Amino acid sequence: MAAVLEVRDLQVRFATPDGEVSAVNGVSFDVNESECVGIVGESGSGKSQLFMAVMGLLAKNGRTLGSAKYRGTELVGMPVDKLNKIRGDKIAMIFQDSMTGLTPHLRIGRQMTEVLEEHKGMGGADARARALDMLNLVRIPEAARRLNQYPHELSGGMRQRVMIAMALLCEPELLIADEPTTALDVTVQAQILELMADLKRVTKAAVVLITHDLGTVAGLCDKVQVMYGGRFMETGDVRQIFYKPQHPYTKGLLSSMPRLTEDRRTTLYAIPGQPPNLQRLPAGCPFQERCEFVHQRCVDELPLLQEARPGQFKACHLESLEHPVDDPTRAAIPAEAMPPVIRDVRTA
Amino acid sequence: MATDITGGTKRAALIEKAGEEVQGRSLWQDAQRRLFANKMAVASMIVLGIITLMAVFADVISPHAYDEVYWDYIGVGPQWENNHWFGTDANGRDLFIRTLYGARVSLMVGIVTTLVALIIGVTYGSIAGYFGGRVDSLMMRVVDVLYSMPLMFFIIILVVVFGRHIVLVFIAIGCVEWLTMARIVRGQTLSVKRKEYIEAARASGVSTPNIIRRHIIPNVIGPVIVFVTLMVPVVILVESFLSFLGLGVQEPMTSWGVLISEGAAQMENAPHMLIFPAVFLAVTLFCFNFIGDGLRDALDPKDR
Amino acid sequence: MLSYAVRRLLEAIPTLLVIVALSFFLMHAAPGGPFDSERVLPPEIEANLKAAYNLDKPVWQQFVIYLGNALQGNFGPSFTYKDFTVSELLGTGFPVSLRLGLTAILLAVIIGCTLGILAAMRQNTRTDYSIMGFAMIGITIPNFVMAPLLTLVFGIYLGMLPVAGWGDGSIQYIILPVVALALPQIAIISRLTRGGMVEVLRSNFVRTAHAKGLPERVIIVRHTLRAALLPVVSYLGPAIAGLVTGSVVIEQIFGLPGIGRYFVQGAINRDYTLVMGTVITYGTLIVLMNLLVDLVYGLLDPRVRYD
Repeated sequence: MAAVLEVRDLQVRFATPDGEVSAVNGVSFDVNESECVGIVGESGSGKSQLFMAVMGLLAKNGRTLGSAKYRGTELVGMPVDKLNKIRGDKIAMIFQDSMTGLTPHLRIGRQMTEVLEEHKGMGGADARARALDMLNLVRIPEAARRLNQYPHELSGGMRQRVMIAMALLCEPELLIADEPTTALDVTVQAQILELMADLKRVTKAAVVLITHDLGTVAGLCDKVQVMYGGRFMETGDVRQIFYKPQHPYTKGLLSSMPRLTEDRRTTLYAIPGQPPNLQRLPAGCPFQERCEFVHQRCVDELPLLQEARPGQFKACHLESLEHPVDDPTRAAIPAEAMPPVIRDVRTA
Repeated sequence: MATDITGGTKRAALIEKAGEEVQGRSLWQDAQRRLFANKMAVASMIVLGIITLMAVFADVISPHAYDEVYWDYIGVGPQWENNHWFGTDANGRDLFIRTLYGARVSLMVGIVTTLVALIIGVTYGSIAGYFGGRVDSLMMRVVDVLYSMPLMFFIIILVVVFGRHIVLVFIAIGCVEWLTMARIVRGQTLSVKRKEYIEAARASGVSTPNIIRRHIIPNVIGPVIVFVTLMVPVVILVESFLSFLGLGVQEPMTSWGVLISEGAAQMENAPHMLIFPAVFLAVTLFCFNFIGDGLRDALDPKDR
Repeated sequence: MLSYAVRRLLEAIPTLLVIVALSFFLMHAAPGGPFDSERVLPPEIEANLKAAYNLDKPVWQQFVIYLGNALQGNFGPSFTYKDFTVSELLGTGFPVSLRLGLTAILLAVIIGCTLGILAAMRQNTRTDYSIMGFAMIGITIPNFVMAPLLTLVFGIYLGMLPVAGWGDGSIQYIILPVVALALPQIAIISRLTRGGMVEVLRSNFVRTAHAKGLPERVIIVRHTLRAALLPVVSYLGPAIAGLVTGSVVIEQIFGLPGIGRYFVQGAINRDYTLVMGTVITYGTLIVLMNLLVDLVYGLLDPRVRYD
C-alpha cells in the first residue's frame, strides 16, 4: 500500500507573550491509501494542531518544523498558492464547529460550487448538479432546497453534513475529520458516524479521524494513534489497542469509558491530574505526573516509541503493564511519597 | 511495593516546583502586567500626569496671572526674556498660563462630566439589564429614541437657554453622553447574568451579594473602565467644541476651545496662538485614547 | 422587508415628535424672549407682536399651532433674518449642507474602508502601524483644529485653495471643508474596518475557506468583506450624526451658507423659529438616515430577520 501522507518528526510551536509553547513535539507516521487512522487524545494534546500544520492552517504565531509529504510532495513550507492546489482538492478537512464553520452570508450552494470552480474548473449548472449529488449522498433531506438556504437556516447536524459533502466534492484522497461530532447532540452524533462509516465504503479516501472519544475510533478506524503532550504514546491496530493496551495512558483512557455492562455502583475511573503545561514539559515522559507506575527513569529519560508487540508501538519504559517494574533495582515510587491527590485515586 | 525514598522526594519536589512555576495569576494582575507592557499606554500615562501636574501648579510655574494684560506685548510669539514661553494672546495676556488654565477647565469638565454620565449610565443600564424583559425593552427603547436625536443641538440649546454656566455644561454633556454607557452596562449585565459560571455559583450556594461582588461586577467593570477612559476625550472635545462656537466658559476664564477659536481668528499673523493650545488639546486626547486602547487590550486579550 | 420599512417609518414619527417637543419646550422655558432686545418696546406694540407670533397664548396651544404649521412645511418667520421665513432660509441653506455632508460621507466610507482593509491584511506590519497612527491622529485632532490648520497650510502658505466662502459652489471651495469634515470619520471608519476584518479573518469560516483551497483574493472578497463591513454599516448612523454636528462648526469656520450657520446664529440670538426649523431638519435627516442604514444592514446580513 502506498502512503498518501508521510509525516516525519513534525513539530508545531506557538510564540506567545509568555514564551514559546510546543504543541506537537516530533511525531512520525504514515497514512496509507483507503486507510482510516484515529488520532485520540485529550484537549491540548496537540492532535488538532498536528493536522492544522499539515494543512497549512496554523494561526499566525505558529510555526511548523519537520516534514509532511503528500504523495512525496513536501507540504511544510510550501507556498500558499501551491498548497491551495492540494487542499480542498486532494486533501480535505472537516472541522469540529459546524455552527461557525460555514460563511454566514453565503448560500450553501455557492459555498459548495466555489470549490468545484476552483479545483475542477466546473461552472454553473454542472457544479450545482454535482453539489446536489453530494448533498444527496450525505442524506440531507430536500437537498435541492438547501442549496438556496443560508447556514443559519439549517440545524447543527445538517450543517455538519454540508461540511462533509463540501469536503467530498472533489473526491479527495485524504479526508481529515477534526472532531466531526463533538458539537452535536448524541443522536445526531450517531447518525453522522454512521454516515461516515458508509462514506468510507463508498469513497476511496483515506480518513484521519481526530477525536477524544475512543468509542468513535472503535467503530470506524483501522489504526489508532494515542497522543499526549504533543507526542504519540501508543500506536497500533485498533483491536490491539482496545484489547491489549500497552501504555498506562491508553489503559487509563479505556478504563474511563463508561460501559453498560458494568456494575453501576462502581465509580467511573478518572485519570488523576491534568494534561501537562505545554510551556514547561517535563524532561522525561510527558505522562509522568499522572502515571500510576511512574519511577525514576520516567523522570529522567524521555521514552521513545518502540515495538511492544508486533505492529503495536508504545512510548513507555515499562516492560509490560502486567509487570510494571522493568528493572528490579529501580523500584516504583511509593504511594506515601506522592502528593495526596494522586494517592487518593490509587488507594481508592 | 518497594520503597525508594530519594526517588519519591525528587518526584514530589518536581511536582511541587511545577506547581509553583505555573502559579495562576488573577485577571487583574494579568491585565496590569499587559497594560504596563504597552509602551504607548505607559508613555501616555506619564504625559497626562505631567499635563495634570502643570495644570494644578500653573500659578507656581508661571510668574504671570491668567487675566493680567501686558499692553506692550499683544499677540507676540514666544519670548524667553519675559517668561512669555508661549507668547501672548490678542489681548496681551500670557498664553502659557492661559493654556494651563484651559487644561484645568478641560480636564475638570472631562472628569466631572464622565462621572455624571457614569452614574446615570451604570444605574440605568444595570437596572435594565438586571430586570430584563419588558422593563428592559421599554428602557432601551427610550435610549434608542434618544440615540437617534441630534443631541449636540440639544446641548447647544440647553447652554443657550439656561446661560453659559460651567456646571450647566457638565450636566448638559453628561445627560447626553450616558446613553452609550447605559447600553454597554446593560448588555454586559445581561450576558453575564446568563453565564454558566453564575449558575454554577448559584447552584453551589454562593449568596446573591457575593455573586454580584465576585462575578458580576468584575465582569461588567472591564468594559466600563475602558469606555470611561475613551469617554473623557469625547467630553473634552464636546466642551472645546462649545467653547469654540462661543458657547462655553466666559471671559476672562478660558478653555482650550476658546483659545483655539481665538487662535484660528489670528492664525495669519500669530499662528502660535492656534498652535500651542491645539497641540495641548491633541496630545491630551491622544493620551486618553492610547490609555483606553491599552486598557481594552489588557482586559480583553483576545482582541489583540 | 417592505412592511419592516413601513413599520420603521411609522416608528420614526414619535421620535420626530419628541425632537420637536423637546426643542420647542426647551426654547420656551428660556428666561427672556426674542423681543427682549436692546430697545424697550411700548407695551401695546409688544402685545401686538406677541399676538402676531401667537406668543400670547398658553405654551401648549402654541405648540399645537406650531406643529400644525410645521407639518405643512411652514416653520414661521425668522426673528433675526426679518425678511425671510425659516422655510426660505432652510431652502437656500439645505442644498449647501447636503452637498457638503454627502461628499464627506462618501469620501469617508471609500477611503476609510480601503485603509482599514489594507491595514488588516498587513496586520502588524509597518503599513498597518502607519495607517493606524494616521487614524489616531484623525480621531484626536478635532475638526475645528484641523480646519484652521488646513486653511493655514493650503489657503495661506501655499495659496492653492480659497480660505473661505462658497463662491459659485465649485469644487475648489468645497475641498477644504469636505476634507476637514471627513478626516475624523475616515479615521474612525478605517479603525472599524480593520477591527472587523481582523476578527473575521480569525473566524472559523475563513479557516474553512482556506481549507477548501480558495485563493486569498476570493477569501477576502467573497467570504470576509461582507461580514467585516457590518460594523462599518452600523456605524454609519452615528457617522451621519457626527457629520451633521461637524458641519455646524465647519460652516462657521469657512463661512459657508449652510443651515449649520443658521443654527448657531439662531441659537445665539434666541431665534426660536430658526433654531427649531434647523433642529427639525437635522433630526428628520438623522432619523431617516438611521432607517436607511438599518435596511442596508439587513440586506448585507441574511441572519437579520424582519419580524
